[in-house]
Order: sequence, then C-alpha cells, then structure tokens
Amino acid sequence: MSDIVISVRDLTKRFGDFTAVDRISFDVHRGEIFGFLGANGAGKTTAMRMLCGLSYPTSGSGSVAGYDVRTEGEKIKRHIGYMSQRFSLYNDLTVGENMRLFAGIYGLGAKQTEERTVELLDRLNFSSERNTLVGSLPLGWKQKLSFAIATIHRPEVVFLDEPTGGVDPVTRRQFWELIYEAAEAGTTIFVTTHYMDEAEYCSRVSIMVDGEVRALDTPARLKQQFSAESMDEVFSTLARGAQRGE
Amino acid sequence: MGAIEIDSLSKSYGNVRALDSVSFTVERGELFGLIGPDGAGKTTLFRLLTTLLNADEGSAKVDGFDIRADYLAIRSRVGYMPGRFSLYPDLTVEENLNFFAALFGVTVDESYDLIAPIYKQIEPFRKRRAGKLSGGMKQKLALSCALIHRPSVLFLDEPTTGVDAVSRSEFWDMLAGLKERGITILVSTPYMDEASRCDRIALCNEGHILGIDTPEGIVRGFDKRLYGISARNMFALLERARRVEGVEECYPFGEKHHLVASEEFDIERFKAEFSDVEDFEIVSVAPTIEDMFIKLMKR
Repeated sequence: MSDIVISVRDLTKRFGDFTAVDRISFDVHRGEIFGFLGANGAGKTTAMRMLCGLSYPTSGSGSVAGYDVRTEGEKIKRHIGYMSQRFSLYNDLTVGENMRLFAGIYGLGAKQTEERTVELLDRLNFSSERNTLVGSLPLGWKQKLSFAIATIHRPEVVFLDEPTGGVDPVTRRQFWELIYEAAEAGTTIFVTTHYMDEAEYCSRVSIMVDGEVRALDTPARLKQQFSAESMDEVFSTLARGAQRGE
Repeated sequence: MGAIEIDSLSKSYGNVRALDSVSFTVERGELFGLIGPDGAGKTTLFRLLTTLLNADEGSAKVDGFDIRADYLAIRSRVGYMPGRFSLYPDLTVEENLNFFAALFGVTVDESYDLIAPIYKQIEPFRKRRAGKLSGGMKQKLALSCALIHRPSVLFLDEPTTGVDAVSRSEFWDMLAGLKERGITILVSTPYMDEASRCDRIALCNEGHILGIDTPEGIVRGFDKRLYGISARNMFALLERARRVEGVEECYPFGEKHHLVASEEFDIERFKAEFSDVEDFEIVSVAPTIEDMFIKLMKR
C-alpha cells in the first residue's frame, strides 16, 4: 500500500467557457487530516465531486484510494466514505437499519454487515440503541453514527463535507475527537469547513481561490507565511483577493 | 416600550418542546443576536414573532402590537428573511423586488435610499432570474425585499449559515449600516464568532435561553481560570491533560486546547508534569463567547 491516498495533477473542470477548477495539484498522505478550504464559489464542491468519482475531469489526472478519477469513478465510490451535514442518515429507519442500508450500498455481504454493525455499535457504546429510530436520537449521537456509517466498509479515505455545520460547540468538539481518533488509526480524512478554528485541527490545509489552490501547508506554516495570527486571517487575506463571485 | 417584548413564550411540536418559556426584550434600534445551534428554537421563535405560527403559551409584542390579536398590523411593519431562500426563482431580480413592493403597497423608488447600499451590489444583474443567482447574491436580494416597505423591525433567520468567513463579515457590515438607520434587528446565527457584532445576545440551546447580555457581559460571566495549551501531538495532549487533577475541562479550541482550571489547579505542578512533552506550552487566555456557551451547556 502506498503512503499517498489522494494524488491529483493539474486537475481541471470546465463548464462551457467557465473554468470551475483550474489545474489543481496536491497529494494527501495516509492518516492525514486534510482541510479543504475556500470561499463560496471557489470550486471546492466541483473538485470534491471529481475526487469522489461523481464528475469527470476535463483534463489533468488524479487517483483516490488507488483508483483513477478519469476511468474508475464507480470503484472510487465503493472505496471511500462520504458524509455531509445536509445528507446523512434516514430518520425513519432504526440505527441498525441505517447501517444495513449503507453496508449494502457499499457492497458488503450479510455476514460482513453483521460483523461490522456489532463492532461499530460496540465501539460507540451504542449496542442498546440498535432498534432505536434515528430521528429520535440527539444530534450528537446522529453525528457520531453518520461518521461510523461512513466508515462501515473500512474505507482508506473519508470525505467530510461541512460535517459540523449548525452543530453546537460541545458536539462539534466531540466530533473532531472522533476525526482525530480515526486519523490516528490510519484513516485519511478529507474535510471542508466554514469554521476557521477547525482549520487549526488539520494536519495540512489547502485554500482554493478562483478555481486554484492558492495555499497549501500546515496551519502553523501558513500563519507564518502570511504573517497572520490565526487561520481566519490567512483565509481572509486570500479570499479577499478573489476575482470571481459565487 | 421595547421593539420586541417576549413573555414566557412556548411552542411544542408533538412531544418536542421547541421553545420552552422564553422571555426577553429587544430595545428599539438594537442589533440583537440569537446565538445557538440547530434545534435551539431560533426559527420557531422567528415564526411566532412574525405571526406565521401561534404560540401554545405566553405572549409577545412586536413594535407594540400583540402577536395574536394584532397580527395584521405586525405583518405590515416587520421584515422577515427566512433561513431558506424564499423568493421566486422564475422572476428576475427586478421583478422580485417590484412584486414585494406591490404586496406592501409601496414603490421601489420610495425605499430606494434604504436598500441602495445592498441592492446596488446586485443591480447590474437586475434582469437575471433569481434562481440563477449565486448564494451571496440571493442573500442580498432577499434582504432588499425584506426592507422594501421600510420595516421598523427586521427578522433575519440564519442569514450567514453556510456562507464563507469573508462574505459573513461583509453581511454584518451591511447590518451595521441598517442599524444606523434606526431599524431594530433580531438576527440568529450558529456562529459564535459573530456574537461580537451584536449589541446584545441571547445564547440559546434546545428551546432554552442560557444567558442574555452584551457580548462583553457574557464573557465576564466566565468565572474560572482559563489556559491555552499546545504541543506537537495535540490529540495525545488532550487526553493526557484531562486526567490531571484540577483540570475541570479540556477541549479543542483552534490552535490550542482550552483548559478550564478548578480551585485545586496548580500551574507550576502542571508545567513540571508536562515538561517531557515535545513543544509543550501553556498560557493564560481570555474566555470567548464559545467558552461561555460550552460552560452553560454543561451546567
């Protein structure tokens, strides 16, 4: 297994004469928490869709979990985890049913599904809630559960799209501790956020402006490079220079 | 008389108590922030105050009018920008504005001076359909429409959610401009760092108000010693610090972890204990709104 889990070179996406993503290049290493930041309209979502096998690049190349983003989109989808604040779990299904559904989507067999369900519920200390409707769970539990489900098939890399939007400060921190834990165990995390304090929790942070990656380094070195006190300042300096709107 | 006077307002949906006996007053001309996560009851409160829902218990007055008895009077004098984009996507920017002006029996010209600082930014696109606008432009159009009848009180439900840090800051600049014109503004946000842009704030969670004060006043209520700690391996530091006697709480807070110290906490002993940790640092830090929110949530 290679140490590089995501690798993109000159990845580009055009819609007509609009270049949404403009020749971005970077590598993400195993076990890294990689923060993917950018102003609204900078091209983050388009870039992320290409990495998740949902959209084909116009030019450039890339691989995710060992698969080619140009030709192996379907394989990528099976080998990554994905979670967003907007879409996560089905409220009308129980905890166990949600797990079975997503395990099935990721192609796990019945035996594996049962094993992983028991294992994840046990680790979350949640075995007694297997038959509870997800809709009746507190938000913090839902968050933990969606993260667990995104890893049910043991993906090498998990994409988290604004996982903590609208979440209270205590739950938000508990969620980041889960991320830390998963990264320590070797899972690669690719995460977007609008909370600048969360950018500090990342191993490295990239900041997109006008379709390009304008900065990429550890939070400490970015602050040094931009003579800034905080990541908020680094982000503002870069985003204020944006030419295009959303 | 306050611009908004809320007295023991409650609202349930089935078994869920969305709003639990909430009371507070917003003064005239005040920029008042409701700060809290999803499920705090912010949207329910907005719907009650704009007379779109009826309360189960309690009462409230907006601009002197009762939300139950005088709902028609309230509707003509408040502006409301819901959390979800609610303009007509098939109408152009200009058509939306004219439509809302017509609904309130005014013309765009009459209110142009008020909306100009905001509307001018999207006016070059006035022939574009609202559905084709970017998120930031939709937000400016929605705010322009909410202001078209020169409301005395403006209700803004999470106008900055999902918006990047720079655009959020610009939006708050616009609100500061409206406040200058004497409009009372009640605005909700899940972002704690926006609290400092308000005259006063209410911290809310799960249908309750945790505290109401000026942002400075809220922070002054934090009566414990607070430290920031950092090291090369931040996750290991977090777990280890929590096991130390005198550490009431330790939680991630950007580039440092915040450590809430109890009476027994001895900083010299703590330093000695962590002297073997690579790049270890401990400094005294000033509490923020978010520290206070965490403290109040755990009470």
